[in-house]
Amino acid sequence: MPALAIERWAKNADCAPDDPVVLTVEGAHGPIVHAVTKAAAERGARAGARLTDARALDPALVALPADPEGDAALVQRLARWAGRWSPLVEVEGDGLRLDVTGVAHLFGGERGLVCDVQRRFAALGLTTRLAIAPTAAAAWALAHHAPCICDDDVAAKLTPLHIAALRLDADTVRTLDRLGLKTIGALIGVPRLALARRFRGAEDVVEALDRALGRKPEALTAIADDPPPRATLRLEEPATHHEAAGQALERLIPELVRQLQERHLGARRLSLRGFRVDGSVAVASVATTIPSREPKHLQRLLADKAAALDPEFGFDAFALTANWTESLGAAQESLVEEPSGERQVARLVDRLTVKLGPRRVRRPQPEESHLPERASGWMAAVQSSSSLLGEGDRSTKSSGGGVWRRPLHHASHGSPPRAELREDLKRPQRLLDRPEAIDVIYATPEGMPRRFVWRRAVHDIARAEGPERIAPEWWRQPSSARLRDYYRVEDSSGRRYWIYREGVIGDGRGGLPAWFIHGLFG
Amino acid sequence: MAGGLSLVAGGGSRAAEIRPIPSGLGECWRLPGPSGPTLSELFAAHPRDGGWAGFLLAQVAADKPLLWVQERMAILESGRVHPPGLPDKNLIHVEARDARDALWAMEEGLRCSGLSAVIGEIWGDPRALDFTATRRLAVASERSGVAAFLIRLGGHANLSGARMRWRIASAPSLANDLDGRAPGLPAWDAELFRARGMPPGRWIVAHEAGAFHLVAGAGDRTLGEERRLRA
Repeated sequence: MPALAIERWAKNADCAPDDPVVLTVEGAHGPIVHAVTKAAAERGARAGARLTDARALDPALVALPADPEGDAALVQRLARWAGRWSPLVEVEGDGLRLDVTGVAHLFGGERGLVCDVQRRFAALGLTTRLAIAPTAAAAWALAHHAPCICDDDVAAKLTPLHIAALRLDADTVRTLDRLGLKTIGALIGVPRLALARRFRGAEDVVEALDRALGRKPEALTAIADDPPPRATLRLEEPATHHEAAGQALERLIPELVRQLQERHLGARRLSLRGFRVDGSVAVASVATTIPSREPKHLQRLLADKAAALDPEFGFDAFALTANWTESLGAAQESLVEEPSGERQVARLVDRLTVKLGPRRVRRPQPEESHLPERASGWMAAVQSSSSLLGEGDRSTKSSGGGVWRRPLHHASHGSPPRAELREDLKRPQRLLDRPEAIDVIYATPEGMPRRFVWRRAVHDIARAEGPERIAPEWWRQPSSARLRDYYRVEDSSGRRYWIYREGVIGDGRGGLPAWFIHGLFG
Repeated sequence: MAGGLSLVAGGGSRAAEIRPIPSGLGECWRLPGPSGPTLSELFAAHPRDGGWAGFLLAQVAADKPLLWVQERMAILESGRVHPPGLPDKNLIHVEARDARDALWAMEEGLRCSGLSAVIGEIWGDPRALDFTATRRLAVASERSGVAAFLIRLGGHANLSGARMRWRIASAPSLANDLDGRAPGLPAWDAELFRARGMPPGRWIVAHEAGAFHLVAGAGDRTLGEERRLRA
């Protein structure tokens, strides 16, 4: 993949194709061009050149930092995906090497295989240069210098290539160049003994040549496969009774827990699959708040869901998989078997979530917003970070958009001075899910409200404080959204409410302002 | 303080007539209660009166997470818990479909000693909430040492196993020293109408600086009114 970095960038950045953009990495003497777009290449920018040199050729060049880690991660993901063509895939810099021995006929011969690979990578927006050769080193050389399919005669194909195709280091290549040995063909012609004597040690030219020509074996290192912990149980006879899944669970959990223990993992999400005789699969999944590998707890979480699996024509196999795991060291909490408070709370959350569903068991997730309904965000308790008792770190966790979130309101510590109303008293303890329209009578349109009717009951306003103006969030709301003037009001019997007027007269965003009730104070 | 306020009230010669406004707080009041955590039942005087929330939050310790169970109907009628308004945000909120789920969640919570308190809001008089259910909650609470509060919105005080039964209404708030027309420190009209081993009573209290205080008579209230009209 010769242009992976720039193509990945172009795909994410969504830019015009003819922008002269270069991606740079920091070098010893300032930024170095790492990858260039086509337009930039036409203007003289070359990968490996210094940015200042490239800028000297064309000052209009746009330089952006490259993301080598991201590229490497993408290559890793592609390597996994490339498992569709070959069981043995190796990541090699920004390229992939596949062992296609005995595979090609599945894709209609080697030509068909190359076409298929090219087509599928092109669908991802990636340019590929492909070569098939009997040896891995030869394939690398051909892919980088002359993409083709090479059947048997490796030497013939390699002969015209420059010696850099042998993947020697730069110094050796320069030395060979100076000696006049510019192509591999020339190198093959030199007596082996002389070559071996001249280039010793690390930069072994002879060995590189041997690898390319297939005289010495070169092993591919397949990417590490890391399957999730999984326990399976096959039944001799299909089980048609409803307790089958529960009984299977009792045997699967110890096995899974053993695997988790060996790998020092704790399960965050488990799924039990029951394979029915007719080929259909029944799935029950649960999630936990903190990683766990305690058999009793996992059993308790899954038991209800397992019992609800319908065997229909009978299960003939079960598999229990920990789809999502986190590392969990061995820890002894106390001498007696009494879990700590934090762990207890996490287990409580798990139990509640399993029965009521993740959308009903939630924790506050403060959002950086002044709109009350947005400021009090909620997130599923089971998804919140593992530290249930720590307060700060939960909210500072970065989320999808990469925006750092900070809690807007801080818990008041100690006793504040009397004159100022405590921070938490400025916001109601209860918020209506959607503000309800109320009828308000007020002395002057811009003045304090005097009386309001909510749910057919009249409330005389004895005291009011406000307005507290909250402007609409123009960056995410339509331009017709109106500002809100919040009042804290107290009616004649002492009940305290949070009401607001939406809009002001003459703001050009609708007619007369409407009044709403939004919250109740305790 | 008095001088500053008199200016607001009109200033000049009349300043002498206006006494400095008492802060309204009376002597310290000790919340009556049993020796250990138990189940208390709080009846909201009116479903649209949120006063009980303030009274309740003032007495819940904030060192551990709080489990707050709300029945769907309670959310619709009197709103959802709003974390920015709570003194402590370490909260687990459960939205239960009906009273049975809510009671189940409360009981699960009461088995977990890692919580500071369990609060459950029930709307009306559901059938699931009978003497047995409340008795179970009381026993679970006493066994695990987690205080339980059963909030009854729009319900009737029928048979219950709760050790303490309160009826809470909002009371007119204290005078606001900074703005006479604004509500001040919230006050509550708390009536303990049934309790095991202690006499019932009725108090008007406010919570300030970590303690409950009795609210002095309603005299300062009218003064506030007067001042509002004059200003």
